[in-house]
Formats: sequence, structure tokens, C-alpha cells
Amino acid sequence: MKHYEVEILDAKTKDKLCFLDKVEPNATIGEIKSMFHRSHPQWYPARQSIRLDPKGKSLKDEDVLQHLPVGTTATFYFRDLGAQISWVTVFLTEYTGPLVIYLLFYFRVPFIYAPKYDFTTSKHWVVHLACMCHSFHYVKRLLETLFVHRFSHGTMPLRNIFKNCTYYWGFAAWMAYYINHPLYTPPIYGEQQIRLALIIFLFCQIGNFSIHIALRNLRPPGSKTRKIPYPTKNPFTWIFLLVSCPNYTYELGSWLGFTLMTQCLPVAFFTLVGFMQMTVWAKGKHRSYLKEFRDYPPLRSPILPFVL
Amino acid sequence: MASSEEDGTVEEKENNNKKRTKSALITAWLTFYNIAMTAGWLVLAITMMRFYIQKGTHKGLYRSIARTLKFFQTFALVEVRIVRTSVIVTGVQVCSRIYMVWFITSSIRQIQNEESVILFLVVWTVTEITRYSYYTFNLLHHLPYFIKWARYNFFIVLYPLGVVGELLTIYAALPFVRRSGMYSMRLPNKYNVSFDYYYFLIIVMLSYIPLFPQLYLHMLRQRRRVLHGEVIVEKDD
Repeated sequence: MKHYEVEILDAKTKDKLCFLDKVEPNATIGEIKSMFHRSHPQWYPARQSIRLDPKGKSLKDEDVLQHLPVGTTATFYFRDLGAQISWVTVFLTEYTGPLVIYLLFYFRVPFIYAPKYDFTTSKHWVVHLACMCHSFHYVKRLLETLFVHRFSHGTMPLRNIFKNCTYYWGFAAWMAYYINHPLYTPPIYGEQQIRLALIIFLFCQIGNFSIHIALRNLRPPGSKTRKIPYPTKNPFTWIFLLVSCPNYTYELGSWLGFTLMTQCLPVAFFTLVGFMQMTVWAKGKHRSYLKEFRDYPPLRSPILPFVL
Repeated sequence: MASSEEDGTVEEKENNNKKRTKSALITAWLTFYNIAMTAGWLVLAITMMRFYIQKGTHKGLYRSIARTLKFFQTFALVEVRIVRTSVIVTGVQVCSRIYMVWFITSSIRQIQNEESVILFLVVWTVTEITRYSYYTFNLLHHLPYFIKWARYNFFIVLYPLGVVGELLTIYAALPFVRRSGMYSMRLPNKYNVSFDYYYFLIIVMLSYIPLFPQLYLHMLRQRRRVLHGEVIVEKDD
């Protein structure tokens, strides 16, 4: 069996960083990354970007050496992606924050409101309901991260965790401050408004969960295959007929329900910002579906049926 | 079949012609825009100088040019989309200018006679006249070197001076904002939100600390590239 020689150069300085001889032809990029890691322990595989061309795209871990357009002495270029952190870690941190922070405000922990209100509870029952809904939402997200989601990328750059946590934790604190404030004003239309809001919220929470389960079932454990999602027996998934990313649609619906329930402008603002971000993601996902699948259903919109 | 082939090439030529007229129209409009803005800021400068010469004081000067200033500064919003440099940099600069004019100087009467207002007005005027005449001459392909020199050197002094003027003005406005409670909203209210313009202004002043160095360095990099032909790789390239 003919063995390969692999040399790895720095993409920017072109310095020779590593030379591997006697590499098996059926070695994968992932295995080469492990070998590279051994000679440079500070660059663990997740932060290595290996490419054929200094300015080209990163090669995938599954790519096999002998199937790549290289001679028996292969030259690869390396770029450091920076410190990486796993998606699961990021999600868990992002979601635990709002859960805990909201409760701090709900229980009126000292130094937030005037001292005479410390550890009191609101006299409005909608505030208790809002706390239950908010907490339920984030507990659901945490459980989904642990047991439902299948991530296609293992890691993301470390600086993302600071950005994401600032967003989630900051908004949670801002919303919670007003909803649990001693001077909170309950919704104008009282019980009717709150009941309608709760129905919308619960409907969308179940919907969002159904979509996550459907997406999970599309992909067998350990695989990274991509398939077109279709409606299943669960009526909450029938929205797949009209929308590519119904998880975002239901998420928007949940937060609209929460806004209606609390009648709080910061919540409306959070809903709006979230909607803008999710629209960007939905459009990207929709575009990559269209690119990858010739027979993609034409009736579908990215996030809002017929509209967006 | 033969005729449709001919139609094909005729269509192509028509499309190319349309594209060329379109880009010629855009250039014409841009040239007109830049000439108009140069003229506008020149008018402001002359008005300010005449006022000072006639009255001998800067008191009341802001009032006399307020409307013209508001018009030309707000009109600059169109630049955020059309200027070739980073949308973010242009966006931040234009928005902060518009904010200063509409929400600080125009709405808080008591500070309109402060020296700091004159300081940033003079800085803005000189900067804008230089900048718009630079764009104008550039579009006409007849750029005198001294305009290019001015555009990429004046800012070294003018930028920090302008920031000093703006910050001093906001600082002077603080007690009036506190006393009047303007643009502020208190609890309880049906939107369940509160806003304190006083603290907001303090945050605005603090935000100059991270923002100003970045904008200044950006201009310095542009300067090195344009005047000395150095190629500098920026983070967002």
C-alpha cells in the first residue's frame, strides 16, 4: 500500500508547521487533525481549519485523503479558528441565565426594587402566570438541548458565548424588571386578554416542540445527512406545507403570546429583535434547502406563510 | 428561429445601454447631491461668520442657523446607503450628528448659547465643506491635490475637537434634562416600561469612549491608504 506524506503549512505565513510521513491513503481529515494536534497540543482539532488552498474553504473531517485532489505528498494549509466551545455548552449557559435571572426578579431579591418590597410577591395573578410561562419556556429549551437537538457542528468560536449570553441575559433582566415591578400595570382587557395570550403561548410551545421532534427524527443518530422535512401525523407539523422553518414561526408566536399576556413594551421589543434574527436564519436555511434539493416544495416560505 | 436569435443580441445591446444610462444617471445625481451639500454647508459657514461679525457675539447664532442645519444634516441620511465606505461607520456618524442636532441642541434651549456648540458647529462646517467638495471633484475626475490633502489631514485635529464640543454640550445639557424630565417616562404606565433621558445621556457620553477611537483609527487607516498608497488589511474586509 502506497503511503502518503502530508505537510501542513500556516495559511498566512506559509511556515511549515508539521510534516507527517507514512499516512494511510484512507486516512480522514479528522485523523490528520488529531495527528497535527499531537505535535501542536495548543491547537485541538476543533479549532483547526485545514484547507487545500490558503484562501479556500475548510475541508470536512469526513473527507478521505486519497479522494482529495492531492499528490502523494499532500500540502495542506492551516488556519486557527480561535478558542472553540461546544454548542451544547453555549445553549445550556444561554438558557440557564434567563431562567435564574427572571426568578430573581420574581422573588424580588434585595437591591432590585425598593427595600420595602424585598421578598414580597406581586398582587396580580398574571405576574405569577407570566413567571410560570417564562420558566416553562426556558426549561423546555434546556431539556431540548440535552435530549432532542442533533447538532451538525460540534463547536463555535468562544467569543459567541459572550455575545449570546449578553443578549439573552440582558433582555431577560430588562423584561423581568418591569413585569415583576411593584408598579406593574396588568393588561387593559384583563382576563380575556390574558386567556387568549395563554392559549396562543401554549399552542406555539407545543408546536415548536413538535417541530423539534420532527427535525430530530429526520436524522438518524450520529449521521449528518440532510433531508427535506415533511408534515407528519402530528397536526402541529402540517405547517411544513407552508413554511421551511416552522420552529421559528412557532417561536415568534410564543413570544407574541407572552407580549400580549404581560402587555410590556420591553417584551414586545425582545419579540421584534428575535423575529428579525430568526428571519435572517430562516431565509438562509430556506436558500440552502433550495440549493441542495431540486424538488423542494415551491409553496413554502422561509418563516411566515406566503409573506416572508 | 433566425429572427429570435437577432432579437437576442438586440436585447443584450439594449440591456447594456440601459445599464450604462442608469449608471450615468446615478453619477449625475451623485454629483448634483455633492454640489448641493457643499453649497449648503458653505451657506451655513457664511451665515455663521456674518452673524458673528455683525453681532460680535455667538449668542443667538444657533437659533439663526438651526433650520438650515437641521435640513442639511438630516438630508445626509441618504449617504448611509450610497457611500462606498463601511455602512456601519457612515451610519454611526450620520446618526450621532442627527441625534446631536435634533435631540440635544434643538430641544434644549438653554444650552444653545454655549461655546461648546459653536465649537462643534465650526468643526462640522469645515469638515463637511471639505468632504463634499472632495466627493464632487472626485466625481468630476478633477481632484485638486490640496482638497485631497485637506480631507485626509484636517480630521486629525478637527475630529477630536468636534468630540470635545459635542461632549461638553451634552454635559451642559444634563442639569436641564434632569430638572425638566424631558423625553422620560415613569412607572406606572400601561406599557410597563420606563425611560430616563438623563441616564441615557450619560450612557451616550460613555459610548464615545469605545466608539471614537475606532472611527478615528478607521480614518487614519484610510489616510495611509489614500495618501501613501499603503495597503492595510482591516478586520472587516
